[in-house]
Amino acid sequence: MTTQAIPRRRRRPGGPYPLWFYLPGAVVYGVLFLAPTFASFYFSLTRWSIFDHSFIGFDNFVQFFQEPALVKGFTNTFVYAVVTSVSKVVLGFGLAVLLTSRIVARGYLRSVVFFPVLVSTIGVGLTFTVLMNPDTGLINRSLALLGVEGPGWLTDPSLALLSVAMVDVWKGVGLATLIYIAGIVSIPQEYFEAARVDGAGSMGVLRHVMIPLARPATVTVIILSLIGGLRSFDLVWAMTRGGPGFTSDVTASVIYKQYQAGFYGLSTAGNVVLFVVVTAIVVPLFWFLNRKEVER
Amino acid sequence: MFTAKPRRLTALVAATAAVAMLSACSAGSLGPSDEEGVTTLSFLVDNEASTVKTAEALAAAFSAANSDVKIDIETRPQGGEGDNIVKTRLATGDMTDIFQYNSGSLFQALNPQQNLLPLDDQSYVDALDPAFKVTVTTEGKLYGVPSGGAMGGGMLYNKRVYAELGLTVPTTWADFMANNAAIAKAGPAPVVQTYQDTWTSQVTVLADFHNVLTAQPDFAERFTANQAKFATTPAALRSFQKLQELHDAGYVNEGFASLKLEQGLKLLAEGEGVHFPMLTFTVATLAAAHPDKVADIGFFALPGDDAAGNGLTVWEPGAMYIPTTTTDARLEAAKRFLTFVASKEGCDVMAGASTPSGPFVVAGCTLPDTVPQAIKDMQPYFDGKKTSPALEFLSPVKGPALEQITVEVGSGIRPAIEGAELYDQDVEKQAQQLGLPGW
Amino acid sequence: MTGRRNKNNHWLSTVAIVVSTVVFVVPFAFIALTAVKDQSQAAELDFSWPRNFQFVENLVAVVEARDYMLIIAFINSTVLTVCSVALMVLLSAMIAYVLARRRSRWNGLVNFLVLSGLIIPPAVVPTIWVLQGLGLFRTMPGLILVEVAFGMSFSIMLFRAFVSTVPRELDEAATLDGAGPVRLFFRVILPLLRPVAITVVVVQSVTVFNDFTNPLYFLPGDDNATVQLTLYNFQSQLGTRYNLLFTNILLITIPPLLMFLFFNRRIVAGMTAGAIKG
Repeated sequence: MTTQAIPRRRRRPGGPYPLWFYLPGAVVYGVLFLAPTFASFYFSLTRWSIFDHSFIGFDNFVQFFQEPALVKGFTNTFVYAVVTSVSKVVLGFGLAVLLTSRIVARGYLRSVVFFPVLVSTIGVGLTFTVLMNPDTGLINRSLALLGVEGPGWLTDPSLALLSVAMVDVWKGVGLATLIYIAGIVSIPQEYFEAARVDGAGSMGVLRHVMIPLARPATVTVIILSLIGGLRSFDLVWAMTRGGPGFTSDVTASVIYKQYQAGFYGLSTAGNVVLFVVVTAIVVPLFWFLNRKEVER
Repeated sequence: MFTAKPRRLTALVAATAAVAMLSACSAGSLGPSDEEGVTTLSFLVDNEASTVKTAEALAAAFSAANSDVKIDIETRPQGGEGDNIVKTRLATGDMTDIFQYNSGSLFQALNPQQNLLPLDDQSYVDALDPAFKVTVTTEGKLYGVPSGGAMGGGMLYNKRVYAELGLTVPTTWADFMANNAAIAKAGPAPVVQTYQDTWTSQVTVLADFHNVLTAQPDFAERFTANQAKFATTPAALRSFQKLQELHDAGYVNEGFASLKLEQGLKLLAEGEGVHFPMLTFTVATLAAAHPDKVADIGFFALPGDDAAGNGLTVWEPGAMYIPTTTTDARLEAAKRFLTFVASKEGCDVMAGASTPSGPFVVAGCTLPDTVPQAIKDMQPYFDGKKTSPALEFLSPVKGPALEQITVEVGSGIRPAIEGAELYDQDVEKQAQQLGLPGW
Repeated sequence: MTGRRNKNNHWLSTVAIVVSTVVFVVPFAFIALTAVKDQSQAAELDFSWPRNFQFVENLVAVVEARDYMLIIAFINSTVLTVCSVALMVLLSAMIAYVLARRRSRWNGLVNFLVLSGLIIPPAVVPTIWVLQGLGLFRTMPGLILVEVAFGMSFSIMLFRAFVSTVPRELDEAATLDGAGPVRLFFRVILPLLRPVAITVVVVQSVTVFNDFTNPLYFLPGDDNATVQLTLYNFQSQLGTRYNLLFTNILLITIPPLLMFLFFNRRIVAGMTAGAIKG
């Protein structure tokens, strides 16, 4: 092969990986995500209406943590995030073990478990609102056939939030299962064989081989579902709008309600709170879980 | 496939995106365009079925008489979302030529001095009821034209069941509860509540306001100045307590937590629920859904503790406004349309399009005889001057979370005193946002 | 040893199939069943077989409601999804490519900024304020850019994991042949990223199509409704006409269903690759 007379362009300064490739993406990301995030720190300290804004210091935050209605949203968010996270980890792992074991119709089962992940959240929310109706809903009707009186899933103040969390798990467990399946499948066969040689039964294999070696998957599922749970809005809004009263409000729905009422400063303060909380929980957790991994 | 001409593919994608974005920009509403000699006005209303129907009827009637004007109706959501949309569009200068919105405290929140055109010079101003004028006036200037009849807040009740049980219309709260006890024994649910539509939970508290004013006539001014609160004013606290009493006595229908408004109206129409604290604009909905039963429905004001002070809490109608962005030929046409709406012809069109919610507030407008009994039952209160405007028309302060608080009180989740305290905290936000002195 | 291990556990399989069908399939069956009933039977909300099959009438009624709003909504959602995903893929691939290849002090910062995009909840009201300043609030291009901005983090992470599997020798060979960076990227790298690009396209398309919150804040109003907003609004308008409501839900489930049927394996591969490696 001969060198043709292609002019050698002097690209040495930029190299084949020019920094300007960052530019278009960085502009969009910076203007529409980073800038507003920084601006939110300023505006959360103001009383902001459509027409003007005035600086009021930390009053918004004080209000956020004092008004029972707003505090409830804050505590509910934690409950919701923890409940959905734990459920997804436990159920996801269980389903993954089931779906990687020797049973029939694995393909069908995996598809059926995963499909809800793809469906519209609003659609799921509306469907389950109908199914959970205390008198006419399918769930309570079926329970009645078994002689059990079903509770008011979405109308009982102590149950509403947990019912929404249940639907969240229904919709999201497929993703957790998927990640776990990938994790389990990647465990080298030698471990299983070694365990069997050592005389371990199924429970032993589970405890000593699968759970430890599925660690990366567990970390991923915890982090992803925790972030999602703390920021959750769509399902709560579609099913209860934070009701009855304030009992199923989460921080994201509180933010939206303050926005609807025109209290922009307070709404943005809610955003800052959410930001701080999510970061404060997820970052140390991520570091902690990954550090233990390295130490092994 | 992909390997062939990646750069062309990218270019193709970019071009498609550009074209799609341009076409998407024009999807949705285009501004009204003026054809030859015809001025087209855009008119924003909320998406409630009877509101839209009435607006369309008015537009059609006006265009029939004025062929040089055409009116396009645009809709927006109701409730909090709609409030936000109206405020945003005004602030960004993007409002339609005319729009319909609440009067009273919500009107005040629109910053009228900056965004709306004053209408003091118009011919119909003197024909407007003074109680209404107050609700669309700020700093001495009038900004709105009534968009319907006044509305009462009180107790819709099933006359047929009353006749069967030999009950009479109560004028005190004690009589009312006695009636409830009698009804409970007979079987139907004494009181209907529909908390799946959360706004309906506020009516009991809000409709009690006439009784609050009877006990304390200056409550509204003192409330606005942060000198009186719901939790510390016994008469006002009573409103919350009444709501709690209904629940505690077990008089509320089962399944109240998951019922919607139409379902509640159905219970009332069929006699399975006997009392329904509600605003009278819903009589139109009931008449449309149960035309054969609407004659069974009557209306009385929420009773206080003293029969002599019995009276109706009245909601002034919403209003139509013109934003400052409407100019020239459109402004001319808009003013003519509003003059039509505030006239007897306008009232007749509105009464024909959907059942009025109460008497009109324009002098010379009368209710047709065909209105349902429930609406007629309001007339004696107006004739005897035993009415008071609801709080939101006497004070710009109204907290956004009231409906959630009243759901909690009405469901037994929170006692009345706590609900009142919570509401006082809630209104603080609104008052501070409005920059009112004393907060 | 072989007997027990290789035989399928039939008892467990049966239980699994029955339970999974009840939990995961019944809700969808309910949606489909109710969508074909007439109004009065649908209002009973039970699991009965429809007395009259009214699917076509329901379909027509839903599509016609509010002046064909559903069709406008589908168009809006499609435009939104196609435009934002196309833009997202392009911009993210460019960033991921340079991030993975170039050794630079900036990499740490860029990685951090990308990761923060996954964790930090977007600050809504300031974003509205920025869009208003740019004149893009309540416009489709504004919402498209917002979706791109919010979706970039996930896409960059997937791309970056994959770019490292493309051998550097190809870059060197192309550079030696006189290719500039643009040509190198578009002609050599991008075609090789096809597998993960497809995954990103499929996953982000489903995400953007199903997105409810962002259009709610940034593109409110009936005219500009996306399919999710329309469904949400229909809930109050259709009242107790559950047959129509569920027909709407059924229609909205179809695009993700199609995506799922065609790209099932891709989605799985992509999600797990990004999750485990990332």
